[in-house]
Amino acid sequence: MDRAAIIGIGQTKAEGRLKEFNYAELVYPAVVAALEDAGITIDNIGNIVTTSNDFWDGRTISSMATGDVSGAWDRNISCVEGDGAFGAFYGMCRVLSGHYDTTLVTAYSKGSESVSAYITNAAFDPIYIRGLGLDMVSACALQARRYMSRYKISEEQCALVSVKNHRNGLDNPNAHLKLDCSLQDVMNSPMICDPLKLYDCSPISDGAVAVIFANQKKAKKLGRKPVWVKGVSLCMDTYLLGDRDLAECAALTKAAKKAYQSAGISDPRKEIDVAEIYDAFSYQELMWTEGLGFCDRGGGGRLIESGATGKSGDIPVNPSGGLLASHPVIAAGLIRIAEAVRQVRGEAGRMQVKEDVRTALAHGVNGACGQSHCVWILGRE
Amino acid sequence: MARRAAIVATGQTHHRSIRRDVNGQELINEAVMRCLEEGELTIDDIDAVLIGNMDHFEGINYVDCWSVDGSGGFMKPTIKLTTGGTTGSTLGIAGYHLVASGAFDRVLVIGWEKNSESDTTGAINTAFDAIWDRPFFAGAIAGLAVMAQTYAHLYGATARDAARVAVRDRHHACLNPYAHLRKETSIEEVLASPMLADPVCLLDMCPRTDGACAVVYAAEGIAEKMCSQPAWVHAVASRHMYSYISDADTGTGTMISMERASAELYKKLHIKEPRKKIDVIEMYQPFSWAGLMWIEDMGLCKKGEGPKLVWDGATDLGGEIPINPSGGVVATNPIGATGLIRCAEVALQIMGKAGDRQVPDVNLAIATGFGGCAWTDLLAYGKKKPT
Amino acid sequence: MSQKQVSSKERELEKKDLLTIHSAKEAEQLFHYSAGRYGSRFLEEMQERKRFVGVRCPKCRKVYVPPREVCGPCFTKMEEAVEVGPRATLKTYTIIRFPYIDPETGELKRVPFGYGFFKFDGADTLFQHYFPIDDESKIKIDARFEPVWREHRTGSVRDIEHFVLVED
Repeated sequence: MDRAAIIGIGQTKAEGRLKEFNYAELVYPAVVAALEDAGITIDNIGNIVTTSNDFWDGRTISSMATGDVSGAWDRNISCVEGDGAFGAFYGMCRVLSGHYDTTLVTAYSKGSESVSAYITNAAFDPIYIRGLGLDMVSACALQARRYMSRYKISEEQCALVSVKNHRNGLDNPNAHLKLDCSLQDVMNSPMICDPLKLYDCSPISDGAVAVIFANQKKAKKLGRKPVWVKGVSLCMDTYLLGDRDLAECAALTKAAKKAYQSAGISDPRKEIDVAEIYDAFSYQELMWTEGLGFCDRGGGGRLIESGATGKSGDIPVNPSGGLLASHPVIAAGLIRIAEAVRQVRGEAGRMQVKEDVRTALAHGVNGACGQSHCVWILGRE
Repeated sequence: MARRAAIVATGQTHHRSIRRDVNGQELINEAVMRCLEEGELTIDDIDAVLIGNMDHFEGINYVDCWSVDGSGGFMKPTIKLTTGGTTGSTLGIAGYHLVASGAFDRVLVIGWEKNSESDTTGAINTAFDAIWDRPFFAGAIAGLAVMAQTYAHLYGATARDAARVAVRDRHHACLNPYAHLRKETSIEEVLASPMLADPVCLLDMCPRTDGACAVVYAAEGIAEKMCSQPAWVHAVASRHMYSYISDADTGTGTMISMERASAELYKKLHIKEPRKKIDVIEMYQPFSWAGLMWIEDMGLCKKGEGPKLVWDGATDLGGEIPINPSGGVVATNPIGATGLIRCAEVALQIMGKAGDRQVPDVNLAIATGFGGCAWTDLLAYGKKKPT
Repeated sequence: MSQKQVSSKERELEKKDLLTIHSAKEAEQLFHYSAGRYGSRFLEEMQERKRFVGVRCPKCRKVYVPPREVCGPCFTKMEEAVEVGPRATLKTYTIIRFPYIDPETGELKRVPFGYGFFKFDGADTLFQHYFPIDDESKIKIDARFEPVWREHRTGSVRDIEHFVLVED
C-alpha cells in the first residue's frame, strides 16, 4: 500500500481583520508559499481539495470563491466543508487512490466578516436548540462546567493552558495574538460565559493555509524533506449536546487509538515528541490531552501543572500557541498539521521543541464541543 | 489504480415537493435504510460516511454533525462535502477515492436536500459573489436562461427543440417509481407553460424537491461478495473552472467544463467514439435546453447538431444512446442529492435493477453533475472490473 | 422502566400535527464582505470617476472585469490596470419573469426585469447588470449599450442604474 507525505506548507499571518483582502486574495499567498516550499509550480499539482464553510463565508458554494487562486482551472478539484484537518484527509486519499501524484489542500476563513455568534448558532438544531440562542461559546461553557465538575479540574488549571499557549504564540510569526499573560491576568479577564473568561477563549482570526500531499514516489523524487503520514483517523460522536456526556471525548479516544495503531505507537506520551491540538478554549487542551492518552482521564489539570506540556516538557503541546493564540476557523486544524510538519523538519524556529523531532501529532475538530475529531501522526520516516 | 471500487447498493426516497412528515434527519435516514436493506447490510458494515447538501437551502451549519444520528455516522469517520449543484456527483467521486485509497473498505455516501424549507432561488443567489454577481443574479433559472439564449442565437435551436427534450424526460419519469414529477407532457404544453426567464418556460425547468439518496461503495475483493453485479468505477473527471458567473463561458454557447471533463474521461476510458461506446447517460440536465447543448459538449455529436440527435429519437429509451431513463433532473431535483441520484440510477442500470426504465445490456454508463459556475463532474461506471 | 411502543398505524399523522418552525425576518445574518484590493479599486473608479478599470494578465493578455488578483487559467498575478468601456456589447441576456426572495433584502423581487451580460469595449470577460425592457423587441445579442450612472454613488455595482441601448 502506498504512503503519503507532506511536501509543502504555506500560511498567511493571521489577523483580526484582514479588510483589504477578499477570500481569493487571502488564499493566494498561502498557495504560492506552499508551492515554493515544495519546490514545484502549479503545473506539478495533480488535483486540489479546498476546505471552507458556507456560513462563515456568507455564501453557499463557498468553494467557488477560491477556485482561481487554487489552480482550479483545468484541474480536478473537490471541496470538504469542515475543519481543514478533515479536508486534508480527503486530499490525502486522492493521492493514495492512485489517480494523482499530488494534492494541494487549502483551508481558510475570514471570521471578521460577520458575527461569529450567528454563524455558530446556525450549527445548532433549528427545531430544538437554536431558538435558545446557543452558540459555540455558550455550548463550550456548558462542556467546560461539566468537565471541570466531573473531574475536579479548577479554573486555575485551565488558565495555565492560556498562559502557556499565549506565551508560545509570541514565538509564532503567523499567530494573530501577541499576548503575554500571567495566571492572574487570565483569572481577572472579563467573564464571557461562565466559567469561560476572555483569555480562556480563542480569538476569531482571518487566515489561510495550504498543504501539499504527495504519494511515495513523488515525495522521494522531489528531494526536499517530506514528512510522512504514519497514521490518521477520524471519528464523530452524537449531535445533540444532551445525548452524550460532555465531560467525555469518546470520539477522540477512538480516533486516536486507530491513528496510533496505524503508526505503531503503543505509548503515545513517550513516543510522540510534540503535539499540536485543537484548543478552541483552555479547558479543551486539558480534555484532549486525556483523550489522546497523554495522561489518565481527569489527569489533564495535573498534567499542565507538572510542566510536561510546556516546550521543554516531555510531551510539549501547542508550541505554536494553538488556537488560543491564533484561530482562523476552518483553517485551524490544517494549521496544526503545518505546525507539526515544521517541528518534524526542524524548521519551527523559536517554536522548535527540540532538535530531534521524529514523531508529531496534529489534531483537528469539527462541530460543537468536540463532536468530531481527526488525529494525524506525522513522522520523519 | 490502488484498488478498484464499485457501487454495491443504492437507496432513494420517493421524491416529493414537500415532505412535511419528516425532518431532514429522518429524510436522510429513509434513504440510508433503503440502501442498507437493498445491499443486505447493517450500519455496522459501514466504515465511513460521506454526506452533502447545499447549506443555505436548509440553513443548517455543519450538516455532517447535525445529521449524524440519521446518517449512521455515529462513532464513525464522517465528512461533509459540498460544491453546490455538483454536490451529489462530488460525493460520488469522493466515495470512490476513499475506498480506492485503501482508507476504508465500505463507504456510505449520502446526498440530500429539503428544498421546501427555503426560497430556492434566494438561496442559490447566495452562492455567488456578493459584490459582483449577487446583486443581479436570479438563481439557476437566470444563469441557465442566458446560456440557452446564446446557444439559440449561435446555432438556431428553437424552443420546440428544447421542448422535445422535456417531453422525453417527463415520459421517462413515468417509468420511475422514485421520480417527483410523473406526468407526461406534450410539446404544445411545454411551449404554453408560463415563461420564467426568456427562453425558459416552467415545463422546461427542473422542480425543487425534497429527497435523499444513498449509495454504498465497496472495494474489490469485497464488492463481489456483496453484490452479484457491482457497478465498477472506471473513471472520474471534474472541472470546476470559474469563480465569477460573469467569467463563465456564458456568452460562448459551449460549456467548457463539460468539454474538458469529457475529454479527460474519454482519454482515461480509451474511447474515441463516445456515442458508440456508452450505453446510457444520466445527465444532470437542470433544464431542457441543456439536453441539446451539453450532448454536443460531451462529444456525442457536433456543435449545433444536438436537436437532430434528439428529434431522431436517439436519446429516448430504446434509442442509440438513451439519456435520463430515470426522468432526470427536470422530473426530480433535491439539489444536494441530484448528482448522487445520477450515480445511483446508473448503478441500477448496470446492476440490471432499473425496472421499467432498464436499458438492455448496459456495459458502460456515465453519470454527470452540474452546478456552480457551469461546473462539471463526470463518473463512468462499468459492468466489468476496469483493467 | 417500560417503554411504550407507538406504531405509526395507531396514530395517523394529520396535517395539523406536522409543525414547521419558521426562521424568517428575525434571522438576519449580516456580513461585511471585503471587496479586496482589486475590487476596491474598481468600485472607487466607478464611484469617483465614473469609469471602469479592469486588469490585464501578463501571460495571456486577457483583460478581466471585474478585476481580481490572479488570472485563473494562467495562475499568474495581474497588475496592469486597463480602462475599459464605458460602452459595451450585449453578449447574452434574459428577461426574468418569476418573483423570488432577494437574499440581500429579504423582499420579493419585482418582475419582470432585464438581466444581461455585457462585454465592455476592451474587456475579455462579461459584466452583469440590468437593462430596461420598455421595448423588448430592440433587445438583441450584440446590441450596443452604455451605462446610466446614479447621481449619488456609494462604491457599489449599483452605482450604475442600468445599461441602456446606444441610440446612434
